Amino acid sequence: MPRDTQQQKFLTRRAALLAGGQVLLTGALAARLYQLQVFEKDRYRLMAEENRINLRFLVPPRGRIFDRFGVELANNRQNYRVVIVPEETADITTALNAIGRLIDISDADRHRVLRDAKRKHAFVPVVVRANLSWQEMARIEVAIPELPGVAIEQGLLRNYPYGPNAAHVLGYVAAVSEKELNGDPLLELPDFRIGKAGVEKAQDLKLRGTAGTSQVEVNAYGRAVREIARNDGQPGQDVVLGLDAAMQEYVTKRCSNEQSVACVLLDALTGDILALVSSPSYDPMLFSAGLTQATWQDLSTDPRNPLSNKVIAGLYPPGSTFKPVVALAALEGGAITPDTTISCPGYVELGDATFHCWQHGGHGTLRLHDAIKRSCDVFFYETARRAGIDRLAAMARRFGFGQQLGLDITGERGGLIPDRDWKLTTTGAAWQQGETLNTGIGQGSVLATPLQIATMAARLATGRQIVPHLVRKERLPPGGDRRPPSFAPLGVTPHFVSLVLDGMNAVVNEQGGTAYAARITEPAFSMGGKSGTSQVRRITQYERDHGLRPESEIPWKERDHALFVAFAPVGSPRYVCATVVEHGGIEGGGGSAVAAPIVRDVLLEAQKRDPARRVPQPDSVAQAAPPALPESGGRAPGG
Amino acid sequence: MSIFSADIGHRELTFADRVRGINWGLIFLLCVISSIGFAMLYSAANGSWQPWASKQMARFAFAFIPMLAAALIDIRYWFRISYWLYALALVLIVAVDLRGVIGMGAQRWIDLGVIQLQPSELMKIAVVVALAHYFHCLPTENNVRLIELIAPAALVAVPAVLVLKQPDLGTAMMLLITGAIVFFLAGVRLWVFAAGAVAAAAAAPLAWSMMRDYQRARLTTFLSPDTDPLGAGYHIMQSKIALGSGGLFGKGFMLGTQTHLSFLPERQTDFIFTMIAEEFGLVGGLTLLALYALVIAYGFTIALRSRNQFGRILGLGLATNFFLYVFINTAMVVGLIPVVGVPLPLISYGGSAMVTVMLGFGLLINVSIHRDVRINRLGESQVL
Repeated sequence: MPRDTQQQKFLTRRAALLAGGQVLLTGALAARLYQLQVFEKDRYRLMAEENRINLRFLVPPRGRIFDRFGVELANNRQNYRVVIVPEETADITTALNAIGRLIDISDADRHRVLRDAKRKHAFVPVVVRANLSWQEMARIEVAIPELPGVAIEQGLLRNYPYGPNAAHVLGYVAAVSEKELNGDPLLELPDFRIGKAGVEKAQDLKLRGTAGTSQVEVNAYGRAVREIARNDGQPGQDVVLGLDAAMQEYVTKRCSNEQSVACVLLDALTGDILALVSSPSYDPMLFSAGLTQATWQDLSTDPRNPLSNKVIAGLYPPGSTFKPVVALAALEGGAITPDTTISCPGYVELGDATFHCWQHGGHGTLRLHDAIKRSCDVFFYETARRAGIDRLAAMARRFGFGQQLGLDITGERGGLIPDRDWKLTTTGAAWQQGETLNTGIGQGSVLATPLQIATMAARLATGRQIVPHLVRKERLPPGGDRRPPSFAPLGVTPHFVSLVLDGMNAVVNEQGGTAYAARITEPAFSMGGKSGTSQVRRITQYERDHGLRPESEIPWKERDHALFVAFAPVGSPRYVCATVVEHGGIEGGGGSAVAAPIVRDVLLEAQKRDPARRVPQPDSVAQAAPPALPESGGRAPGG
Repeated sequence: MSIFSADIGHRELTFADRVRGINWGLIFLLCVISSIGFAMLYSAANGSWQPWASKQMARFAFAFIPMLAAALIDIRYWFRISYWLYALALVLIVAVDLRGVIGMGAQRWIDLGVIQLQPSELMKIAVVVALAHYFHCLPTENNVRLIELIAPAALVAVPAVLVLKQPDLGTAMMLLITGAIVFFLAGVRLWVFAAGAVAAAAAAPLAWSMMRDYQRARLTTFLSPDTDPLGAGYHIMQSKIALGSGGLFGKGFMLGTQTHLSFLPERQTDFIFTMIAEEFGLVGGLTLLALYALVIAYGFTIALRSRNQFGRILGLGLATNFFLYVFINTAMVVGLIPVVGVPLPLISYGGSAMVTVMLGFGLLINVSIHRDVRINRLGESQVL
């Protein structure tokens, strides 16, 4: 067997070579494993983490908005929506039909669900309907065991307990628009809502909070398998307003009798806006849920302008409510004295033009006090003429006209106080004295917001440069602010101011005053004020010759605006209210007939409730910690 | 002479002799490796015996039948039917081309009801048996002439081309390499291999033109896996991430994040080694490789102790075939070679490979049992 032995030897040699080759290859394999699993371990571990960890952002709950007593004006409500998880249903159409037997589903929703289910991963829930009512939610919840793949999801929806009542103050939230994106991932979340108007917009950064994060382990298909870590982020901070929800509600109700009203109630000492109503209003919830085209169309084309905040953005000729400013400009400048008498024959002529008094027959000879009381136009034409436009404009600005007051929500307009410079730059023509006369009765080119008119009254009543504001640092402590904000003195001779205030007292509380009919009969609560009627259109010579048409025959849009501004109580003013009833002028009455009763009711209610000082009632501070009642004290001696 | 008898010169081996001759150590090693496979399939199903582990255990148990049969049948019988076996495998390959069931986009299966048989897997064994027969009978001693290489080259090339056309690049590669190694063992001169390599390089464009698009994509992906990380490069990239992140000691049994989160495709079949290396780290991977090395060393020892050329070439061919399974699969998942469809023997989920591999070990045990049998060119025992 030499052949076999030789063959075996040869084979063994080659087998050894083969084995050597295999060992080499295995060595290469081991080296490769070592390279991947030891040298490059960190790199691959990082890639593995990136693979499986998905960072998701969580929308923080938005801060609440409280009124001065801690009543919630804006909060977050649980929002229930019914969803279908396609992969868990046997058939989506069957599931939809089953849900359709429990709640209404529109055909549009049905189409959207089927389309979305086809487009997205089968494990991504598709919303069938959001904003379920409690009953709808309950009906589905009960049937869930028989509805595989159907689930109820919860989300937070911005809620305004007072609905449209405070819409213009609070504003609303809505989905973020393209141009609001600034790189903050929070803004890119589909569920995030951003403040679009009012306090919601102005305080948005404070209210929105910071995004939380959730680290989710996902598989290769993007399905979340489990949550690894969670950071809830910072919930938005609460915001406290100076508003009194009860007053706001009262004013809203009071204004709803008229077509279109702007009304604002101020704490004259602190500048707190206690109520701000622009009527009609809108439902701010419409925006957080998403507005339909038809609703938007209705809101934006309504001639009464429900979307506009008329208190801060409505521009009206202040009319006779401007006269206190004119009087002070003339008194301060020495153009008139308190005893200066001016005769009113019912009109005054200047060059070729005739300027009429609202009282056709004239007021006869009168002094400042009566001129205010009876709102004599001729007296103020002459007073304005003597003071001159420069003094008028300067005094008007000191009272807050002609510029933005710096309110802490956006949308405020500055109005217009015409002067020589303005005339020159806008028209290129020189100032005419006739314009001074018109300015003297708050007409012509003068434009002011109701808030400016109220601010004027607050500055008159306190002699200080009160600036109105909505946001407070904290809730009202029991008994009122211990250290109310202090405003710089107005710098107008107090004696002159009190003369004007006397005149305004007479407007309401003396027989013959323009608003005597609207006086407050309870002496402790009596108010002083000034009416105004501002023309929307020019009264033509034809009308003067043939008699004015009764306002009821004039189209609503062309009727005069009725204005009234007042402070109360007369002795030591605390509350100020200004009201403009758009196109509310009725023949012979104007501001005193339509606007004054609203102001009267609001001021009376305000003084009775006394939100500037009132110790909060338990029912209105459900959210606040119960106030500690001292054992001793607070008891009347001998009681 | 029955098929259960063999002349070892002095006396025929009885059935009891054969059973005693079975290499129980080898079988124990196979059981250990398979058990690792069961555990990994249990893990791959996120801690469930369904759907893979239990079925794989049943297959392993079933595969003992062909293995033991192959081990106990007389080696001379295998010698005599070796060409018929080869012809059967070839016919089956042609048959699947004509009437195959589509599986994984490639027609490779014959559904026998109980298991799906992959004839190309069977061919890996048959070609070794046929070549062992051929070289056993070659009269020349250690100097194989070129003319004598035409027939065995055809034995390798015909199934390789058929399998490549199926298309199954991995199996074709294994057939060609196994054939070449058997040639090498049989004494083909080294310059022939050099010439063959040159010819292969020249034929590469031809092979390229015969490849399917996905095979070409795999090759280009292998050369630069980062060019298409979400397409064809996705598999190998994810495999490397899973492996690398396993580190030295792994993430723990059933704690492999990449495999369990489905980032790793085919984790129960071709990429199961990745899963082992992710969950048990470098230590686990090397341990498994060491177990395989032991099996292969066992095969080499058995082959070299055989006193007939048929047994020696058969044993070495089978051991090499097993080595190729392990090497091609692991080299593929670690990104050393392109992704080709070769399972990790005894561990990857699948019936065909399990039966084939166990059949191969049956023959290896057969060689061991019949190591002292001498066979002449006709398959009869040689009188000393």
